[in-house]
Amino acid sequence: MLTRLLAFTVPLALLLTTPLHAAPDPSDWESVLDEAHGQTVYWYAWAGEERTNDYIQWSARQVAERYDIELVHVKIGDTAEAVSRVLAEKQAGNHERGNVDLIWINGENFATMKTNDLLFGPWSEQLPHYPLTDPENTPAVRYDWTIPVDGLESPWSSSQVVFYYDTALVDEHPHSMPELLDWTRENPGDFTYARVPNFLGNAFITQALLELAEDTDILYEPMREEDFDEISAPLWEFLDELHPHLWRSGRAFPSNSSELRRLMGDGEISIALSFSTTEASGAIANFELPDSVRSYVHDDGMIGNMSFLAIPYNAQHKAGAMVVADYLLSPEAQAHKQDPVVWGSNTVLSLDTLEDEDRIRFEGIDLGIATLSPSELGKVRSQPHPSWVDALADAWQFRYVGN
Amino acid sequence: MMLRLAPVLIVTLLVGPILAGLAMAVLPAFGYLPALGGTEFSLTPWRDLFAQPGLARSVTVSFVSGLATTMVSLSVVLLFLASASGSRLDRWIRRMVSPLLSIPHAAAAFGLAFLIAPSGLISRLISPGLTGWERPPDALIVQDPWGLSLMAGLIIKEIPFLLLMSLAALPQLDPERRVAMARSLGYRPTIAWLKVMAPALYPLIRLPVYAVIAYATAVVDVALILGPTLPPTLSVSILAWFNDPDLSRRFMASAGAVLQLGITAAALVVWWCLERGIACLGRRWVARGGRQRGEQPLRLAGKGLILFATLTAFVGIGSLALNSVAGFWRFPDALPQGFTATHWIRALPSLTGPVASTVIIAAASTLIALALTLAALENEQRTGRHPVQGRLLSALGLLYLPLIVPQIAFLFGLVVVMESLGSRPTHGLVIFGHLLFVLPYVFLSLSESYRRLDPRWSQLARTLGSSRNAVFWRVRLPLLLAPILTACAVGLAVSIGQYLPTQLLGAGRVPTVTTEAVALASGGNRRAIGVWALVQASLPLVGFIIAVGLPRLFWAKRRGMRGSP
Repeated sequence: MLTRLLAFTVPLALLLTTPLHAAPDPSDWESVLDEAHGQTVYWYAWAGEERTNDYIQWSARQVAERYDIELVHVKIGDTAEAVSRVLAEKQAGNHERGNVDLIWINGENFATMKTNDLLFGPWSEQLPHYPLTDPENTPAVRYDWTIPVDGLESPWSSSQVVFYYDTALVDEHPHSMPELLDWTRENPGDFTYARVPNFLGNAFITQALLELAEDTDILYEPMREEDFDEISAPLWEFLDELHPHLWRSGRAFPSNSSELRRLMGDGEISIALSFSTTEASGAIANFELPDSVRSYVHDDGMIGNMSFLAIPYNAQHKAGAMVVADYLLSPEAQAHKQDPVVWGSNTVLSLDTLEDEDRIRFEGIDLGIATLSPSELGKVRSQPHPSWVDALADAWQFRYVGN
Repeated sequence: MMLRLAPVLIVTLLVGPILAGLAMAVLPAFGYLPALGGTEFSLTPWRDLFAQPGLARSVTVSFVSGLATTMVSLSVVLLFLASASGSRLDRWIRRMVSPLLSIPHAAAAFGLAFLIAPSGLISRLISPGLTGWERPPDALIVQDPWGLSLMAGLIIKEIPFLLLMSLAALPQLDPERRVAMARSLGYRPTIAWLKVMAPALYPLIRLPVYAVIAYATAVVDVALILGPTLPPTLSVSILAWFNDPDLSRRFMASAGAVLQLGITAAALVVWWCLERGIACLGRRWVARGGRQRGEQPLRLAGKGLILFATLTAFVGIGSLALNSVAGFWRFPDALPQGFTATHWIRALPSLTGPVASTVIIAAASTLIALALTLAALENEQRTGRHPVQGRLLSALGLLYLPLIVPQIAFLFGLVVVMESLGSRPTHGLVIFGHLLFVLPYVFLSLSESYRRLDPRWSQLARTLGSSRNAVFWRVRLPLLLAPILTACAVGLAVSIGQYLPTQLLGAGRVPTVTTEAVALASGGNRRAIGVWALVQASLPLVGFIIAVGLPRLFWAKRRGMRGSP
């Protein structure tokens, strides 16, 4: 009788004594693990790619086994939908029981949430696996598109822009933006890029500007109005010449990377680009691209960036979200993710910091026939400041959207 | 007593959320949104909106495609009814209406896109044999700047809707006798139908026509797939602004939502004026007494156009089915290089959850809608008050508000309202959201049959001593089994197709087949889309099969009770 009473009242008492809405403290990891036990974490993540969704399902099984956390993938078509949700909750005064626990995020969405105080933290630097990213020597984990991360998001995936082309249709691929322009002149209608402001479209015009501008340092600082016209002029000159030779003469653009891939699969174009170095290999395995497709990069390096996991300020299951983020940063989860058969998204861990057994996990991965090795990927250019990317995207709209 | 509350309940349930949602869109449109620091009213959002590149073009495409879609669909339906009644084609098309209606808009749009694209099925079939194309031609067909492919996609879906509404309304007009009368005066059959039936039928289907205009001016999913991109239609732009990482765009997006409301209203007004004009011209055409001229071309058009539209829709879906089992498929091969079950095997494990929620939500919202509809109709019978048909402003005309007010104009605001009420996104909330759209359609499909039921059946039962309730349960409901089931099937189909209400009110946490399909569509993998679109189309089809099959099973020995063919 007594034990039954205890069994009933102890949890109740615990429930009453622990303040319900005190945020978990990541520096006391044991308490975070305790609190996370039994929580359901709602992870809002872009779901346009089956392989990504499958990997998230796999992660859900792992955290259920290890930490007794139920991880639910809330499938969205655009990360900004999650940002909208948090905003609607703030607007309605829901400051403690938010629906979004974890968001897959980077760049402009992160900048927006950070400036509008929609994020919880700092927390990510205290994660047990965080040191494996070698933050001292890897600025990419500390700056998201030049915006200081400040412990508000945990690194998850690293990616780089690559071009891919069909070797059955293209003899020699271009090595730079000017060469690409020459190539499109000779092969009109065979190349296009994703419509700005899709992130891949933005990446293409940013890459072009980085290759064409004389002084690129200024692009890594917040944009000043008076600089914009002069600095961006070479880009517009380039695009004005390029567009008439694009697919559909530049009168229509595919809306995202997958549509671009479909055009490639249908043989409508013969050069495309992607933000995932293993996209071509994965798509060949999935019957979406012919096996004659290969990847390449420009000689002066391509834009790369990282994507992160963030927790909204009003998330209801912050402890669970942190534990999930930490698990996703573990060598095991990162190595599984990098396997192109699974997903093929590059790790954010620094291999030098790993134990031997963990390093072997990564070295044993077969990257697939159309994937470039890390040495072939060459130099990674980091993302310019979001204010520049925003301004370039807006200017693109004004120039190329018909009136 | 409870019955008398039904109409009031319906109107509150439908009108309340829409007005509240609209209010929450209008406030930010004038700069008031405290969560984003907008505490004062201003016109800045409107200035930003009008400074958007391509706005005029977006607005024009939305406006024109709404009117053109409606005009073409309505003409095709009327011409078909005029030229084909009683023929074999007529019976075939009538049987095809339900399956056609059950194909979700997005799936039909994907099918059409794959059919007509330069690298699409038609082009593959005739290449390189007829055309000599080894590579797809560089022609802008899908997503053309004038929205022609968008209109085509909408037309093939609106034709079955208008046809079903017309078929439901026709019997009360007694078409055989009217046409026979005209024929006896020497009019050729098609001309006779157009002269005596069309003017009588139109007032009965006016509200559905208005719903088509509103839908076509503000549609999101079809416009994403088939609509122009530089710039997109207004509704697609609004969605992009609402989802922009730059939160200050939220103000402009709200202004856009209000503008969308205006565009839809303007399209309705223009249509109303056209109605007057055509009525005027039509009256002269009828009075002039021409009996023969135009019979042949009208007849051919009536049969040919609907056949063309129906076949297009089915071939499009067929091509999606082919894609769902396709290996790599290089242009210009007419068939994939290999077939594989990979895409299905991959999707199957993740199907169960969404299919279950879809069924629960659809069944619950349809049952609630059916109960409310029956209560309101029974109340009408008992009080003897019949609302004037075709009038938007009559009390029950308000039913159609959710079909006329663009979703994008009030749903974002409704989410905020629901959040402030502290309601959690659950199945319940989504069911409520679906009810907004299911209820009008259920009412629309059932009301005519209910009102038309011969009153002598009930009178007879009453004289035999049955109470009013007994008459309802034991006479009216069994007699109306077939139309009730059809209304249910329509309700299920409407619920299954809902995207925005599910995604917004469910906070994305209530996955249905449609939200999964649209999320995958953002990835553009035609094979995965094929799998999900087929699942999405087959669910409502099951509903329609039950609606047709059950009465036949039930009334196996009573031919007259089995309902439509």
